[in-house]
Amino acid sequence: MISNNFITNACLLILFLPLVAFLINIFFGKRLPRQGDWISIGAIITTLVLSLSLFIGMLSNWDYKFSHEIYFSWIDLGAFKVDLGFWIDNITIVMLLVVSLISSMTHIFSLEYMKGDIRYNRYYAYLGLFTFSMNGIVLANNLMSLYIFWELVGVSSFLLIGHWFEKNSAADASKKAFLTNRVGDIGFFIGIMLMFTAIGSFNFQQLFSGVSNGMISGSLLTFAGLGLFMGAVGKSSQFPLHIWLPDAMEGPTPVSALMHAATMVAAGVYLTVRLFPIFTPDALLVIAYVGGFTAIFAATIAITQNDIKKVLAYSTVSQLGYMILAVGVGNYVAAFFHLLTHAMFKACLFYGSGSVIHAMHHSLHELHDDDTDPQDMRNMGGLKNKMPITSLTMTIATLAIAGVPLFSGFLSKDAILAGTLYFVDRHPEHLVLALFGFGAAAITAFYMFRLIFLTFYGEPKMPKVFEGIHESPKVMTYPLIILATLSFFIFYTLPYFNPFADYGWFTKLIKATNSAVPGNPTAKEIYDGVHYAHYTAMTLSFIVASVGIGLSFLTYYKKKLSPEIWTKRFGILHKLSLNKYYFDENYNRFFYQPFLKLCNAIAYVDWDLYDKYFINGFGHITKLLSKITGRLDYEGLDQTLVDGIGKTANNAGKNLKTVQTGRLQNYMLFALIGVIIILVFQAT
Amino acid sequence: MENLSNYLVISSILFSLGLFGVVTRRNGVAVLMGVELILNAANLNFLAFARFGGMNMSGHVYALFVIVLAAAEAAVALAIIINIFNNFNTINIDDVSEMKQ
Repeated sequence: MISNNFITNACLLILFLPLVAFLINIFFGKRLPRQGDWISIGAIITTLVLSLSLFIGMLSNWDYKFSHEIYFSWIDLGAFKVDLGFWIDNITIVMLLVVSLISSMTHIFSLEYMKGDIRYNRYYAYLGLFTFSMNGIVLANNLMSLYIFWELVGVSSFLLIGHWFEKNSAADASKKAFLTNRVGDIGFFIGIMLMFTAIGSFNFQQLFSGVSNGMISGSLLTFAGLGLFMGAVGKSSQFPLHIWLPDAMEGPTPVSALMHAATMVAAGVYLTVRLFPIFTPDALLVIAYVGGFTAIFAATIAITQNDIKKVLAYSTVSQLGYMILAVGVGNYVAAFFHLLTHAMFKACLFYGSGSVIHAMHHSLHELHDDDTDPQDMRNMGGLKNKMPITSLTMTIATLAIAGVPLFSGFLSKDAILAGTLYFVDRHPEHLVLALFGFGAAAITAFYMFRLIFLTFYGEPKMPKVFEGIHESPKVMTYPLIILATLSFFIFYTLPYFNPFADYGWFTKLIKATNSAVPGNPTAKEIYDGVHYAHYTAMTLSFIVASVGIGLSFLTYYKKKLSPEIWTKRFGILHKLSLNKYYFDENYNRFFYQPFLKLCNAIAYVDWDLYDKYFINGFGHITKLLSKITGRLDYEGLDQTLVDGIGKTANNAGKNLKTVQTGRLQNYMLFALIGVIIILVFQAT
Repeated sequence: MENLSNYLVISSILFSLGLFGVVTRRNGVAVLMGVELILNAANLNFLAFARFGGMNMSGHVYALFVIVLAAAEAAVALAIIINIFNNFNTINIDDVSEMKQ
């Protein structure tokens, strides 16, 4: 048992230690020994220890109803009140552990990967900023602070993708990521405001109770839910805003592992998991379709990519689609489970690819070959013998992502597919969702093994480069080993040891709550349905994974099937997939170019018409008017009236002064006359 | 003969003569004499009203005051005239109109 006081302090430290590291490194990093990387690593390791102690506390507590909320008033303007705070329950604690674990691995891995980089201290500073904001999202108990941290995560993503901004492609990719996220965030903001106007609070618990009290319902609630989901679409790179994530691979590989595979892109899934109780059945259906379609759509692109990181990027998009699909079909616990297992094996895969790219890069560097792409799988092959640890760990992670029994991915994917089957069972008209799920599972198994076979097996494609390949140093392989170990089922089914069971600490401690919207099935119905569909899903997913792996094995290892012939057979499809369905080109043609034209037209109207004629015309009129009034004022008023009074006084003085003769007798005469006049008038 | 109007007529004539002297004379001493005539006209009035009006003894007292005042006035005015004579070497008041523009 751990006290609430400890939880509060630990959460504050977990949130703010990375921020402190960021501030120190961004301002003083350059002057510190080793450019301050030890500060960041110290902060993140402390964070990891704290998260781990919270996690152990959660396990010893063994209470799935555990929930702890702390908040303080931020804005209090009478009717408008915003509280900031933390909401800590089991989901938060697991997510904190994932973020701090992957972030620690990234910090350590980068020690070698980023050695000698020109902006080494800035890199570590931004990692701290990212960890801070991601923990902020995880801990938030209300939409307002979640939104703030959401944008902060976007900023750190922008900064890290554009870390090598001398490369145009990196600068463009960071802009693209930022702007694409903006599109989603507009919807997110509209959703937040709709909820706030209806319920008058940002707090999650109050939103849930507001929804269940019917303060917002019907199509308005559907719209609000879809708006909030749009934020997740942007951040979790779902169709049609998936375009930024593959480009984000321009950033350093450890960053891709941390942000664009394990944690940041999972923030969208985390958001939908958190907000699950407010989604209406209609909204959930849209979510399920978006997720399912993204899962299979991204998987088909991943088949034909040759860049090792692009394959992983599309794989990430596809897996995120899986999680979104799980939320959509109501089995959001499975979505969170997949988020957890996926974070481990996908980070492992990215570190593995980083290790390979690092080795390739060094080998090419020694040959003074700057033209060959170190990320292209067509230049690799046979690396297994040179890089045994990288090869082994990546294979384990691939087995996990392919959904092979005994690995973590099998458990979580199985849970998602079982949820989908239960949904299809209730709504047979949405059978296509199940096809999406199982199809994506087969394709995933296929292209992931294609990656493994092309990279680590077969003959080396470039023998000269192959000679110079070495296994990466320990700071890079240790994170790989740790994460590969965490890809085994055993860590998720404890204290039970059955790899086919759908229970373990995770399912015991993280239970779904009922949706606050009437019309959705209760958590118990979903749980029972999933339990019922469990074995069917397991069998089917095992079959599709075997088919995928078998095809891949025959094509790329045994060379029984020639990829060239199949490419020709599916000529158009292959071309579509290789070119990512021309999404970038079509967005360019149908959105960016027309938008640019519109902007130019508006600029023309604004500058050439409005400014030149209207605004400048006003200027001319004003000038003319002021000339007239100037003349009126100067010549009419000043010269005539004001000066006139002066002149009159002057003249009167000149004329009247002659009366003052200086002769006393004159004055006396005047006085006499005056007296006589007064007497005359008095007499009458 | 013993009535108020006769005295008032005489004092009016006296006043007018004094005023005429003050306004027309060029000689400063003559102007001063005109002023004395005016004062005497006023004195005559006071006494006439003491005799026939209701002023009684107050009229006499006022007349005595006026005589004293006239003596003082004559003393001061003659001193001024002597100073004017010292400065301008004349007592023609038209020639000493220095204050006019």
